[in-house]
Amino acid sequence: MATGFFTDTTLCIGCKACEVACKQWNELPSDGFKFTGDSYDNTSELSGTTWRHVAFIEQMSVDDGGLHDRWLMSSDVCKHCTNAGCMEACPTGAIIRNEFESVFIQPDVCNGCGYCVTSCPFGVVDLIEKFDPGGVRYNLASLVEARREEDKTALQGHGGVAGKCTLCYDRQKIGFEPACAKACPTQSIQFGDVDVLRDRARKRVETLTARGVSAELYGADDVGGGVGPLNAFFLLTDRPETYNLPAQPVLPSTRQPAGYSSAAIAALGLAIAGWMIFHNE
Amino acid sequence: MPGLGTSFGRGGATVWLPDLANADCILIEGSNFAEAHPVGFRFVMEAKERGATIIHVDPRFTRTSAVADIYAPIRSGSDIVFLGAIINYLLTNENYFKEYVAAYTNAPFIVSADFKDTEDLGGMFSGYDADGLVYDFGTWTWERDEKGHIKTDPTMQHERCVLNLLRRHYGRYTAEMVEAVCGTPRELFTQIAQTLAKNSGRDRTTAFAYAVGWTQHTNGVQFIRTAAILQLLLGNIGRPGGGIMALRGHADIQGATDIATLYDSLPGYLAMPSVNRDEQTLAAYLKSQTKKTGWWANTPKYVVSILKAFYGDAATKENDYCFEYLPQLIGDHSQLVTTIAMKDGVVKGYFCIGQNPGASGQNAEMTRAALESLEWFVNIDSYDNETVSFWRREGADPSKIATEVFFLPAATVLEKEGTMTQTSRMLQAHDKAVEPAGESKSDAWYFNWFAKRLKELYAGSTDPKDRPILDMTWSYEHDDPHERERGEPSTLKVLQEINGYYTATGEQVVSFADLKDDGSTASGGWIYTGVCPDKHTNHARSRDASGPYTALNWGWAWPANRRTLYNRASADPAGNPWSERKKYVWWDAEAKKWTGVDVPDFPATKAPDTPANPDGLGMDFHSGADPFIMMLDGVGQIFVPGGALKDAPIPAHYEPQQSVVENALYKQQSSPVFGRYERDDNPYNKPIDENYPHVLTTYRITEMSGIMTRYVPWLAELQPSAFCEIDPELAVSKGIKSGDWVTLSTAVGEMEARALVSGRMRPLRLGKGKRVHQIGVPYNYGSMVALARGDSVGQLIPISLDPNVSIHESKTLTCNIRPGRRAAYHEDAIDEPVPARERSSFGQPLGRWASAGSGAGQRQEGEKK
Repeated sequence: MATGFFTDTTLCIGCKACEVACKQWNELPSDGFKFTGDSYDNTSELSGTTWRHVAFIEQMSVDDGGLHDRWLMSSDVCKHCTNAGCMEACPTGAIIRNEFESVFIQPDVCNGCGYCVTSCPFGVVDLIEKFDPGGVRYNLASLVEARREEDKTALQGHGGVAGKCTLCYDRQKIGFEPACAKACPTQSIQFGDVDVLRDRARKRVETLTARGVSAELYGADDVGGGVGPLNAFFLLTDRPETYNLPAQPVLPSTRQPAGYSSAAIAALGLAIAGWMIFHNE
Repeated sequence: MPGLGTSFGRGGATVWLPDLANADCILIEGSNFAEAHPVGFRFVMEAKERGATIIHVDPRFTRTSAVADIYAPIRSGSDIVFLGAIINYLLTNENYFKEYVAAYTNAPFIVSADFKDTEDLGGMFSGYDADGLVYDFGTWTWERDEKGHIKTDPTMQHERCVLNLLRRHYGRYTAEMVEAVCGTPRELFTQIAQTLAKNSGRDRTTAFAYAVGWTQHTNGVQFIRTAAILQLLLGNIGRPGGGIMALRGHADIQGATDIATLYDSLPGYLAMPSVNRDEQTLAAYLKSQTKKTGWWANTPKYVVSILKAFYGDAATKENDYCFEYLPQLIGDHSQLVTTIAMKDGVVKGYFCIGQNPGASGQNAEMTRAALESLEWFVNIDSYDNETVSFWRREGADPSKIATEVFFLPAATVLEKEGTMTQTSRMLQAHDKAVEPAGESKSDAWYFNWFAKRLKELYAGSTDPKDRPILDMTWSYEHDDPHERERGEPSTLKVLQEINGYYTATGEQVVSFADLKDDGSTASGGWIYTGVCPDKHTNHARSRDASGPYTALNWGWAWPANRRTLYNRASADPAGNPWSERKKYVWWDAEAKKWTGVDVPDFPATKAPDTPANPDGLGMDFHSGADPFIMMLDGVGQIFVPGGALKDAPIPAHYEPQQSVVENALYKQQSSPVFGRYERDDNPYNKPIDENYPHVLTTYRITEMSGIMTRYVPWLAELQPSAFCEIDPELAVSKGIKSGDWVTLSTAVGEMEARALVSGRMRPLRLGKGKRVHQIGVPYNYGSMVALARGDSVGQLIPISLDPNVSIHESKTLTCNIRPGRRAAYHEDAIDEPVPARERSSFGQPLGRWASAGSGAGQRQEGEKK
């Protein structure tokens, strides 16, 4: 059975419980303490060690009254694509599709080459930098160390590998829902059988539309570009770009035929040119 | 607490969180519900999904506003105008719930002809003593007939009946006034008033939710009173999806007031004896405290039972149950007043447990300085904090500080067992998950140890003054050998004692109705009686969610496991539900008892047609249609007579002590009786001060609570630094960009913070074209320790207090702002963590220590390296 997330942004209250629950369960370090001045978003983006990220989009009108003011919040996560760019690019076989049809990076197989990073159409995967277990910033290192001895699947060791959401593979294996969905107080993040979630999401759009809210799904169906449907999809009330989601994601390998053809044509052209030049001599 | 207590009878939320889902409309004001109570907010979201209209009124557009259907901006501190204008709207348009108001409130009561309203006296009520800055409450009373019975006019036509008094009192609180004073556009205000009216009545209910945004004002109690009046007029108290949700910030705030960490209260909302009320003997105390009518006629039973719980066999009828052991109040001993007394050398020692006033205290620098004057200081905490480390703050010279500091490690909540009372008045027990780290002990361990040690030290003493310690009952030995060895007391036994027992047999008392005033029962807090009805049952552990949605077997709510208080009012006077849709508790005529989905908050078999006995005592004075059983007269109090509140019988708008405008409604600028503590080390901005032209308001944010969260890297990265929210217009005029450092100042001091420029902050246009900028500053930070840090906004806030409960005015102040940091110091630990040994302690002495009030402007930007 394919499992995934339905993230309904109309229910998100921006509490970031998902970010914290994710880091706690997966024993991920903080990404540093930077005040950005960008709304309430101080973690800025998904990274090798931030697997849930709540985006805050302020849409405040300049005129007085502000009746149409909106502050959109959306918890971003790895999309667990049907056709995953990271998986295709991985040269070591570290990235697999597991029994829940989630895209999973095996940290003990990953060699940290980083091909997956550039191959993700959504910019989700990132390398976890090597870190100093004694540093203040990584004061969870001792926890990580202790856990490493008994279970290698749920942690990213001491870095140097690629990291992203595992859809809480370890929790799913023992019948638990992922930490973020568990922690979400308003059911903005719903976990379950992807087919069931898609049905629910379509009904939700109907409900919202009836209420006069313009809502659309992102990733419940094929997003195009060869990526296919997403196992982690979203309900949005604005264009995808507003939420920093690509309107037209492209799977890098879909460009291969064109790329190889161009290379072949170029090679052929050069061969002909070369033959002509040298033939004439 | 007294805002709700004087209106309805009990100082607790009238509803429970999951019931909010049944509301047709929810007005959230004085609270940032979604951010401060995200888990409870799920029920607001559920109500919204069921079609309820969510309204948020707040100075800032917050995460609550983001999901609300209607957001209305308001100038901080002007809520009584906003709510009073809704009252006016309802009365003018005859939109209130007439049957409910006539039957269940004191609206028909006739007020004494001697009473004079604010309309008559330029913003004052009759009885003001300008010398003492207090009211004499003699005229705040009812007109009575020759038998002493209160005169009423059931038709509510009499010109001095409460309803008509209300009409006159709020006559000038109009939509135009709201626009001019609150800055809320009048159309938006009217829309909200209409929405409330439309969603109240027989078939629909509206709930209110507030938090410290209403309480922390010099007239904070009156904010809540205005809401209480409004909910009575709308007929929403005691009904499903209605009521007033008082959101308590910390997990056990409700429990802390129930079991009395307040200086003026004994457990169960019994008053601490006071020499000012001549309560030196038990008889005098009971005479002063016992009400003739209503449930509080039972006061002697609860008082004697609590004394039996405290002093056991030593408490006998002959010695007044050791009443004289209790301390007597001689004045205001609340925290901030005591802090001032420490500073002045009056108070010599200080236990500070579970809070960090050195960062979050009002006039935080005064708090830290006050600690220097102590002989000894005990801090019990899980973390190093700004309070215990006061002696090494910048500007302090440790070699000159004689205070002996004891820093004791506290176990965190997961490291100890116990019971908490959450915001729905619900008791929930929890287990210990892990052993405490290192030498950490639970707070209970420390008190257990102190008590035993004191008993040991006084053992054998024959001095009468040592008897209270020697006679105090103290047997909380843990049944678990491991915990007993660690010295942890049994919190279950504490709860069992609070529940109460028969002194002869030791059996648990099942209901507070069984408590006696003859020494045969003991109870450490009568409102919790029933939570442990026998030695083997602890309802705080109940986790059965089956049955109707009230889930009465999930946890246990005081009193008597009632979830919605005053739920008799969910039925009409004849005992039938007001409507099928809002059916909750009703009279079952066949079974001759009250029934429904909740425990009836009413004598179980008292029929609705039971007549009142006008000369009766206790509950006999109430009829079968008087739902507010704690009140003298059994009805909700629109007018609070007799000085139960010290500042007003009906709320009137006063500007905060510091404001940017004159009071548009009355000559009287601010509350005539607020607690004023102005002095050199606690200076006030002038009421309207051109040096401080902006409104400052404070709050907490989801990501941080205080010292507990500031050390957690996962939370610290989410909000790593103190910041202030300012509107783009102000930012542009001052040359401030988002993320820049800025310095805020008041007469008390200065703080620096990162600027967060956002269109969510919106300048307000008030009357006479005045444009006002509001600046918001989170309260969560402190500058000395932890990962998330920054100046504490407590450094800007003077101590000025509400006259009823001594709550500080932290929600509305005036301030100034300028770009840049307030002083050069070690490059900030927030951006890149530095090892503890390399961290500088922080900042320069505040400006006011050099010369009060002139701090702003002396220190220029550019000092930053």
